[in-house]
Amino acid sequence: MADQARRAAGAATGRTGGPEIDVSGVTEGITHAHAKKGAPTVFDLENLTVRYDGKPAVRDVSMAIHENEITALIGPSGCGKSTLIRCLNRMNDLIPSATVEGHCYYHGQDLYGTEVDPVEVRKRIGMVFQKPNPFPKPIFDNVAFGPRVLGMPDVKERVERALRSAALWDEVKDRLDENAYGMSGGQQQRLCIARCIAVDPDVILMDEPCSALDPISTGRIEDLMLELKEQYSIVIVTHNMQQAARVSNRTAFLIVELDAEEENRWGQLVEYDETDKIFTNPSDSRTEDYVTGKVG
Amino acid sequence: MARDRDPMSERTRLATAGARAAVLKNLSRQPGRDVWTGRIFLIVLLIAIGIALLGLAALIIQSAIKGQPAFSMDLFTEGPSRVNPESAGFRPAIIGSLYLIGGVILLIVPLGVGAAIYLEEYANRERWWNRLIELNIQNLAAVPSIIYGILGLAFFVRGPFDLGFVVAAGSLTLALLVLPTVILAAREAIRAVPPSIREGSLALGATQWQTIRRQVLPASIPGIATGVILAVSRALGEAAPLLLVGAATFVTADQPNPFEGGYSAMPVQIFNYALDPQEEFRTLAAAGVVVMLVVLLAMNSFAIWLRNRYEQQW
Repeated sequence: MADQARRAAGAATGRTGGPEIDVSGVTEGITHAHAKKGAPTVFDLENLTVRYDGKPAVRDVSMAIHENEITALIGPSGCGKSTLIRCLNRMNDLIPSATVEGHCYYHGQDLYGTEVDPVEVRKRIGMVFQKPNPFPKPIFDNVAFGPRVLGMPDVKERVERALRSAALWDEVKDRLDENAYGMSGGQQQRLCIARCIAVDPDVILMDEPCSALDPISTGRIEDLMLELKEQYSIVIVTHNMQQAARVSNRTAFLIVELDAEEENRWGQLVEYDETDKIFTNPSDSRTEDYVTGKVG
Repeated sequence: MARDRDPMSERTRLATAGARAAVLKNLSRQPGRDVWTGRIFLIVLLIAIGIALLGLAALIIQSAIKGQPAFSMDLFTEGPSRVNPESAGFRPAIIGSLYLIGGVILLIVPLGVGAAIYLEEYANRERWWNRLIELNIQNLAAVPSIIYGILGLAFFVRGPFDLGFVVAAGSLTLALLVLPTVILAAREAIRAVPPSIREGSLALGATQWQTIRRQVLPASIPGIATGVILAVSRALGEAAPLLLVGAATFVTADQPNPFEGGYSAMPVQIFNYALDPQEEFRTLAAAGVVVMLVVLLAMNSFAIWLRNRYEQQW
């Protein structure tokens, strides 16, 4: 079974350390392999390519993200991890020069279909950003903002539930009307997570959520992630390999590719597999070089 | 003993002492010209500030002294009089100015903030017409106020609006005059809200309008309020456009209807009293100047306090 998955993963990425292999028609390979394992998928990416002003930033990414798992995207700077994760909730729409090719299926529905409303997408797929960005409002209003604009009932209960889930309730329950800017960085990030869960999303995307935080806050947020995956599916971009090894179920490794004239650089998916495998027995030598610290 | 000393070390000691002396001489020596140039420059700057402040102080003090005999409640309660300067006052002018300012605020807040929101949040900067609008708002803020007076005369008093010489026409003219300033100030306030706040809001599933209405605008209100107050205080003091748009100087009755009847305004009334041959009227003008200065200073100070108190540190 593991062997089959390995070969499928190798075929899927088209790289087994050997010569170039044609990657077209590979998606069936992926869905077959993972379907056999019985884990339902949340996202199915097929040859996803993102360009800024025509120049590719990340190319031909095909992978499946599974429900109630933490999927980590790792790789050196500039390999398009943030660009990729922003595709999953249509945040790249905010950048006028960005174009997306290929397909991104969310529970079978193409996120970039013509009749899809990005606002609806973002109601179900939430995002936590690298630098905590609480609103300049009281703590309660920060968490209540989502439910209020989305017209959800029982705002007060939702806020309490979200703050409890984010392990923040005990710290702030007596000062809900204080401005969120008075909190520490770690608390602010947990507030952003609470804000995200208050609208009951299906998926939480996290773009390097701990890179601006101290190690203790980082540890608490990692614990939080492990609790949250029971209810949500989480995709996390991280620069910190050890973090990926600690929290994620599956890891995708991307690298920066240069074209022949060394003018353009873009990100490419090298290997995507269960985290244990990526870190202990990777199929691709480049993955091995990265996770052992030889490069990047 | 001297003979035991290594001659090398003696030379070294001398060399070290000489070097030390030379370095100290360099370090403690001030290049004379540079120091004096610096000092003279500082003095020139202080003189420049002194002149500006003295000029302002002279204006205020002179007006206060000149207008002192006229300070009484009559200033505010009595209308203008051709015959009796002792009992003349500024009442219609004050009321007219208040009406004008009220109209200006009603016009500039929705138009100015709306235009700023469009330019910052919705306009695609690639389009040529949006770039043209941006460029021209900056230009409009610099157009002399008398031109706005002519515009008001042609379009509001006569022409398409055909309102006649009424307060509404004056308000419209003044509103156009200060609108570019409000748009620029509101735009700056909106721009100051960082994109991360917008992204955070949109990532929750809010629409663009919800984000603007509930995050961006509330956060930019202090900046917008400051801009509006400064614009209004400018409008309060403009005489040139009002002269063209028909702020008369001899208005005795209070006009409650902004679409009818003649009106007056403080700057225009002061202008006329100041040119009057009778000494007492000129005293009255000076008193009026002091009143206006106090009001303007109060408004500007309030605007600055507002900005400092509610300024958002991102």
